[in-house]
Amino acid sequence: MSERIYVFKRFERFWHWAQALLVIGMLVTGFEVHGTYRLLGFRQAVQWHTLGAWSLVALWVFALFWHLTTGEWRHYIPTFDRLLVMARFYGSGIFKGEPHPYKPTSSSKHNPLQRLTYLLLAAVVGPLIWGSGALYLFYGSWTAWGLTGFSLQGVATVHTAGAFLMLAFLITHVYMITTGPSLLSQLKAMVTGWEEMHEG
Amino acid sequence: MRSLLIFGAIALAALCGPALGTEAPKVKLNTTADHSKFKELQAPFGNGPEVTKACLACHTEAAGQIHRTKHWTWEAVNAQTQQKLGKKTILNNYCISIASNQAACTTCHVGYGWKDNQFDFTKQENVDCLVCHDTTGIYKKAPGTGGQVFGKDTELPPGSGNIIKGLDLSKIAQKVGKTSRDTCGACHFFGGGGDGVKHGDLDSSMQAPDKALDVHMDASGLDFTCATCHQTSSHDVPGSRYAPTAKDAKGAFMRGRGEARNLATCVSCHGNDPHKQDARLNQHATKLACQTCHIPNFARGGVPTKMSWDWSTAGQRDAQGKHITRKDAKGHITYESRKGDFVLGEHVKPEYMWFNGTVKYTLLGDKIDKSKQPIQVNHMEGSPDDGKSMIWPMKVFRGKQPFDPVNQTLVTPHTAGNDDTGYWKNLVWDKAIEVGMKDSGAPFSGKVDFVSTEMAWPITHMVAPKEKALACEECHDRTGGRLAGIQGVYIPSRDANVWVDRIGWTLAALAALAMLGHGALRVAGRRKA
Repeated sequence: MSERIYVFKRFERFWHWAQALLVIGMLVTGFEVHGTYRLLGFRQAVQWHTLGAWSLVALWVFALFWHLTTGEWRHYIPTFDRLLVMARFYGSGIFKGEPHPYKPTSSSKHNPLQRLTYLLLAAVVGPLIWGSGALYLFYGSWTAWGLTGFSLQGVATVHTAGAFLMLAFLITHVYMITTGPSLLSQLKAMVTGWEEMHEG
Repeated sequence: MRSLLIFGAIALAALCGPALGTEAPKVKLNTTADHSKFKELQAPFGNGPEVTKACLACHTEAAGQIHRTKHWTWEAVNAQTQQKLGKKTILNNYCISIASNQAACTTCHVGYGWKDNQFDFTKQENVDCLVCHDTTGIYKKAPGTGGQVFGKDTELPPGSGNIIKGLDLSKIAQKVGKTSRDTCGACHFFGGGGDGVKHGDLDSSMQAPDKALDVHMDASGLDFTCATCHQTSSHDVPGSRYAPTAKDAKGAFMRGRGEARNLATCVSCHGNDPHKQDARLNQHATKLACQTCHIPNFARGGVPTKMSWDWSTAGQRDAQGKHITRKDAKGHITYESRKGDFVLGEHVKPEYMWFNGTVKYTLLGDKIDKSKQPIQVNHMEGSPDDGKSMIWPMKVFRGKQPFDPVNQTLVTPHTAGNDDTGYWKNLVWDKAIEVGMKDSGAPFSGKVDFVSTEMAWPITHMVAPKEKALACEECHDRTGGRLAGIQGVYIPSRDANVWVDRIGWTLAALAALAMLGHGALRVAGRRKA
């Protein structure tokens, strides 16, 4: 008999899936703006990309508020405790059918690797994309705001680099979903909020 | 019965009253003078100068104003390059030059009788008032006469049998008014020797354009005349092709500011932040001339413009020794023995280049090097980083024209003229060039060769409604689309840091491969177990 714990609250799940949708949308439209392919047309791609950006901003305002007021931000405090154990599991144990060494609890739902990854995402990739994205978006107002020393080329290059990091994260993240106790158990947890705790 | 009669009389008086009175009609006129009421204009006029004398009797200073203008002198000195320009001096790659062809070319001069270099530019009555101020549409300067007009049928030259039809100059003079698209267009729509030939953005379709063709001149809309933008004062018409305003940083023009500036720019009305919805478009406008997006194509009114002219194929004759004319399916001439081959274009995409307003001409005395073809008859200066340039749409007119391979100069052939050296009559180059060069006062070796030349004409008319402005995709394309060759701007979609792309895609591919490999190992491990 397995035990169930409620790890992902309703807002958290909404935040996650809305963000997933928006990030994928941003990648699809962003790489079109970048010139990688033609899908919607440049103008439409820019318009959707811009709308997506503002939606993400709104979503993040709510998410920040939620994390701060509920104390959920603590889940992202990095820890090196058992980091190597996690790495060893993904590097070898998982192939031998060893049980997952980390048991999420409602007070600590991310394993040390996740904590580190999400922190890097929020502290490095995020600012890279948001900083360059805001400059890109307000390119037309640089002069009016007295912003000098930036070039569109530089801003676009940094923004694209950020997008590639986000794409690499997305690919890895999607795969990592399948590394739970069963192929779809983590996906189910992010949909229902409940994680099945299999006894090893 | 009697009351009925009185009523009838009153009604009649009421009907006739306004007509019988001498009071001016109480309707809004755009003039304070009805020229048909002037006795001076009711006499029959024998020729143009007689009319002008009558005009000058009241408008005493008008000729003096005209005498200062390029419309009169056909001279212009470029303040930046110090080059002496003007139609009198420059060459082009259409009909090439007015030297020795004055009698034909000056059909478009605002004067009477400029047949050769002896023309008196100081004579007031030589000014042609009517060519700009006619409102009847029947005024027409006689071709080949130096732009003269006659009050009655006149044989010219005497004894030639060539009859020039007389005009009712009195009627035309009585109906003078403001300039119009028709009067300006009578010359400017027909530059280069025919409708739409030269400019591409000026042709007879602009006499009464619809909104799609020109949003400002739209005859059933804003109905701008040429002078609405080229707002003329003291007979000085602003706007110049010799010294164009490539970048107007001064913003919208405010009355009373007393600036000496070109009023014919888009910016002089629209300012430098014309896009209210999207600041990004205003940012575009710091690098792109308004015309670049707002004139998607030229020659849009159904009149083709010439895109190239190859003089080197001129001179062919048919089996009977007669001149040949070939036409395309639409009836437009594509070959003439006297001129050579033409390529025509409609709805032509402009070419784009950085342009800072300085145009440098290859003038008659300038050495040209055939190994450096095409020779730029006019060179548009500009660069992305001189702070003065904008990306401009141009009609680039290409052709081959005669030059002197010994003296290494362009030449000014004598083309028009019913004489035995005129090329258009005899198809003999050396004789024609000798006469033309003599008229220009330039040396000619007697040898004739042909050289490829090109000339750029900034496109600025035929402004489309905003819905028809260029779509983003026209330039934001992997190829760069219309701005493919333009350096110095980062165009999203066209430009990318190739290393960021390579490393980025490699990273993404490695991530995907790693995940696939990891998954495969898990599957293998599970099978083993």
